Amino acid sequence: MESTEPEPSGSRPEEEEEEEEEEEEEEEEEDDGALSPPEQPLAAMEDCLAKKMEITVSEAEKRTGRNAMNIQETYTAYLIETRAVESQSEGQCAPVESLWRRYSEFELLRNYLSVTYPHIVVPPLPEKRLSADNMDPDFVERRRIGLENFLLRVASHPVLCQDKIFYAFLMQEGGWKEMVNETGFQLKADSRLKALNATFRVKNPDKRFTELKHYSDELQSVISHLLRVRARVADRLYGVYKVHGNYGRVFSEWSAIEKEMGDGLQSAGHHMDVYAASIDDILEEEEHYADQLKEYLFYAEALRAVCRKHELMQYDLEMAAQDLTSKKQQCEELATGTVRTFSLKGMTSKLFGQETPEQREAKIKVLEEQIQEGEEQLKSKNLEGRDFVKSAWADIERFKEQKNHDLKEALISYAVMQISMCKKGIQVWTNAKECFSKM
Amino acid sequence: AASAPKPLPSSGPKSLREMPHPLATSSSEEMGPTLTPSPDLLLPRSIADKDLSLPNGTPVDTSSPASSSSLLNRLQLDDDLDVETRDLFVTVDDPKKHVCTMETYITYRVTTKTTRAEFDLPEYSVRRRYQDFDWLRNKLEESQPTHLIPPLPEKFVVKGVVDRFSEEFVETRRKALDKFLKRITDHPVLSFNDHFNVFLTAKDLNAYKKQGMALLTKMGESVKYVTGGYKLRSRPLEFAAIGDYLDTFSLKLGTIDRIAQRIIKEQLEYLVELREYGPVYSTWGGLEVELSEPLEGVSACIGNCCTALEELSEDMTEDFLPVLREYILYAESMKNVLKKRDQVQAEYEAKLEAVALKREDRPKVPADVEKCQDRVECFNADLKADMERWQNNKRQDFRQLLMGMADKNIQYYEKCLTAWESIIPLLQDKPETK
Repeated sequence: MESTEPEPSGSRPEEEEEEEEEEEEEEEEEDDGALSPPEQPLAAMEDCLAKKMEITVSEAEKRTGRNAMNIQETYTAYLIETRAVESQSEGQCAPVESLWRRYSEFELLRNYLSVTYPHIVVPPLPEKRLSADNMDPDFVERRRIGLENFLLRVASHPVLCQDKIFYAFLMQEGGWKEMVNETGFQLKADSRLKALNATFRVKNPDKRFTELKHYSDELQSVISHLLRVRARVADRLYGVYKVHGNYGRVFSEWSAIEKEMGDGLQSAGHHMDVYAASIDDILEEEEHYADQLKEYLFYAEALRAVCRKHELMQYDLEMAAQDLTSKKQQCEELATGTVRTFSLKGMTSKLFGQETPEQREAKIKVLEEQIQEGEEQLKSKNLEGRDFVKSAWADIERFKEQKNHDLKEALISYAVMQISMCKKGIQVWTNAKECFSKM
Repeated sequence: AASAPKPLPSSGPKSLREMPHPLATSSSEEMGPTLTPSPDLLLPRSIADKDLSLPNGTPVDTSSPASSSSLLNRLQLDDDLDVETRDLFVTVDDPKKHVCTMETYITYRVTTKTTRAEFDLPEYSVRRRYQDFDWLRNKLEESQPTHLIPPLPEKFVVKGVVDRFSEEFVETRRKALDKFLKRITDHPVLSFNDHFNVFLTAKDLNAYKKQGMALLTKMGESVKYVTGGYKLRSRPLEFAAIGDYLDTFSLKLGTIDRIAQRIIKEQLEYLVELREYGPVYSTWGGLEVELSEPLEGVSACIGNCCTALEELSEDMTEDFLPVLREYILYAESMKNVLKKRDQVQAEYEAKLEAVALKREDRPKVPADVEKCQDRVECFNADLKADMERWQNNKRQDFRQLLMGMADKNIQYYEKCLTAWESIIPLLQDKPETK
C-alpha cells in the first residue's frame, strides 16, 4: 500500500501578488463546513469599498442602557457615517447615511472576520482598556480615531471589503448582531487549547510561517519597548520645558528692581513662558505617532494568528495522516494475519482466542471504508493546507508592503515633528537672546 | 524702609556740593550744599567727567580718607574705554598641578602687561595658587574698606563630591580668578593698591606675606575702621535703597540658580531616557529588511541629539551657574560694606551729638569729629562711585551671561535640527527593487 504522508508545506515557492493585479482566483469550494471562507474573487484596488465610499467615525456619545444581564451600564456609542463617492461628472453629493455602534460590536465584527478569513491578517482594533478611563475624553477621542482607522483598513482590503457582514455593519443598524450570529462563525472558531496543542506538537510546519511567527513575537516586543521608553522620554521632556516657565516669573520680579535691564529681562521672561507652554502641543502631536506604532503592535498579534492557524491546519493534517497510516496497518495485519507491531488487541486475541473469519472480514471491510474516507479527507486537507499557505502568504506579502510603507511614513512624520520642535526652540531662544541683548 | 527701591542715580558720584549732610532730615533729597569745600580745589560739575590725576600722571595716594581732596583725585575710568587707553592688563591661565609631600595643589600663571610707573617692568609672569588670591582679597578688604571688592570663587569644596583636580573644576576656577583680577584691574582705586602690585609682581609672595604690617605704614594712616559698636539710627534713603536692592537682587539670583540647577537635573534625566530610546530603534532595524536603514538612521539621529544635550548641560554647569554664584557672593560682601558704612556714620553722629551736648563757647567743631565727618563723606563717595561702576558691570555681565545661555540653547537646537533634517532623505529613499 502506498504510504500517504502529509505533504510538507514548505516546498512551494513564494508567490508574490501585487495588489494591482486582478487575480480572479477561485477558491475551491470546501463543504466540510469547517474552515472555508465564502467564495470571493479578490477585489482590485480600484474596486475596494474604501474607494467607493467615504467612511468616518465622526462622533462619540455617552449612553446608558441595560446590558444582557439587565444591569444598567454606561458606555460610549460611536457614530459611523458613510457616503457613496459619486463620480466627478455628476457633481452631486450623495446623502450621508449613519448609524451608531459601540465598541463591543466592533469586537464582534472583528472576531467574525478573524474566524471567517483565517488566512488574512485582519486589521486590529484600538486598545481595549478596561480601566475607569473609558470615559476619559482624550481616550474616547483617540479610540474614535482608531475605530475609524480600523474601518478604513477593512474597507481597503481586497478580500475583506467585499464581506456582506462588514457591509451590513456599516449600513444596517438593526438586526446586525443576529445576522452575524446566524453565520454560525463561533462554531468555526478554533479552541485556544487546540491551537496551543498544535504549536507544540506540529512536526513539519512551513518554515516561512515559523520565521514569521518569530518575527511577529520580536516585533511585538520591540514596539512595546519603544512605546514605553518614548512615553518616559516625553515625560522628561515635559519637565524640562515646564521648569523654564519659572524663569518667566523670576525675570519679571527681577526686572521690577532694575532700571536699564528691566525691559530686556521682562520681555525675555515672556519668551520663556512661551517656550514652556509650547511643549503641550508638541507632545500631543507625538501621541499620534505613538498611535501609529501601536497599530502595528496589535497587527503583530494578527500576524501571529495567521501563523497559528497554519500550525493548526498542519497539525490536523499530520494527525489525519497518522491516523490513516495506523488504520492501513491494522488492515494489513488483519488481512495477512501477521502482527507487525505490538497491539493490545493482538495480545488479547492471542490470549482469548482468534476471531472467526467472518468477524475478521467484517472488520477489514469497515477499515477499508474508513481508509477510503480517510484518504479522501487527507487529500482535501492537503489541498486546503496548500491553498491556505498560498492565500495566506499572498496576504502576508500585501501586509508587509503596507507595513513598510506605513512605518516609513510614520518615521518621516516623526522626523518632521522633531524638526518643527527644533525650529520652534531656535525661534524662542533667538527672541530671548534679542531681549537680553537690549539689557 | 523704601518699598519700591529707587533706581540708582546714573550720573557719577556727587560733588561735595551735592552731598547731603549726614544729619539732614531722613527724607534726604539733595539739599543745598552745607559743606564748604577747601577753597584751593576746583569743583567740577561732576567728578565723573574729569581726569583728576596730578600733572605727572601719578595719582595721589587715594587710600587715605582723611583729606577731602582725595575725593577728587580719582581716575574715573569709563566703562566703554578703548583698550588703547588702558595701561594695565592682567590674565590668569595655564593651570598646573603641583604634587608635594604635604599636599597637592594647583597654581595658575598670572601675566601682567603694563605701562604704569608703579611697576618697575612692563611685563610680569608669576605663579599663584588660590590661597594667594584669598590673601589678596583679604588685604584689599582690610586696606580698602570703603570699596566693593570683587568676590572669589568658593573656597571650600566638599571632598568626594567635587573633584578639585578635574579639568572642568580647574577651568571654572581659572575663569573666576581671571575675572576677579580683571575687575580689580578695571577699578580706578583698587588697581593701584600696593598689595595688588606685589601680588602681580613678587617672585616670592610668601616672604612678602610675612612682612605683613610693615607695609601698611606706606599707605599712610591705618585704615582700620574700628568703630566700637555704634548703632546707626536710620540709614540714609539712598543707602537703604541700595541695601534693599541688594537683598532683592540676591533673592532673585538665588531663585535663578535653583531654576537653572533644576533644569540641568531634568535635562540629565531626559538624557538618560534618550540613551535608552535610540538603541531600541536600532534593535528594531535588526528585525527588518526594508526598514532597516531608516530605523538605524533614526537611532543614530537620537544619538546625536544626546551628544548635543550633554554639551548643553555641561556648558550650563560650567559657565552659567558659577557666574550666578559669584554675584550672590558679591552682593553679600557689598552688604557688609554697607554695614561698615553705617558704623562709620553712626560713630560720627554719636561724636557730634556728644559735642553738641557740651555746648562749649567755641562753636568750632573739634578735629576728631571733623575727621569722622570726612570719613563718612569719603566712604559715601567711594561707595556710590563703586555702586555705579558695579551696576554698569553687572548689567554687562548679565547681558553677556544670559545671551550666552540663549546662544547655547540655540546651538543645541541647531545641532538637533541638522541631525533630523539629514535623515529625511534617508527615510524617503525608495529601494530600487522590491
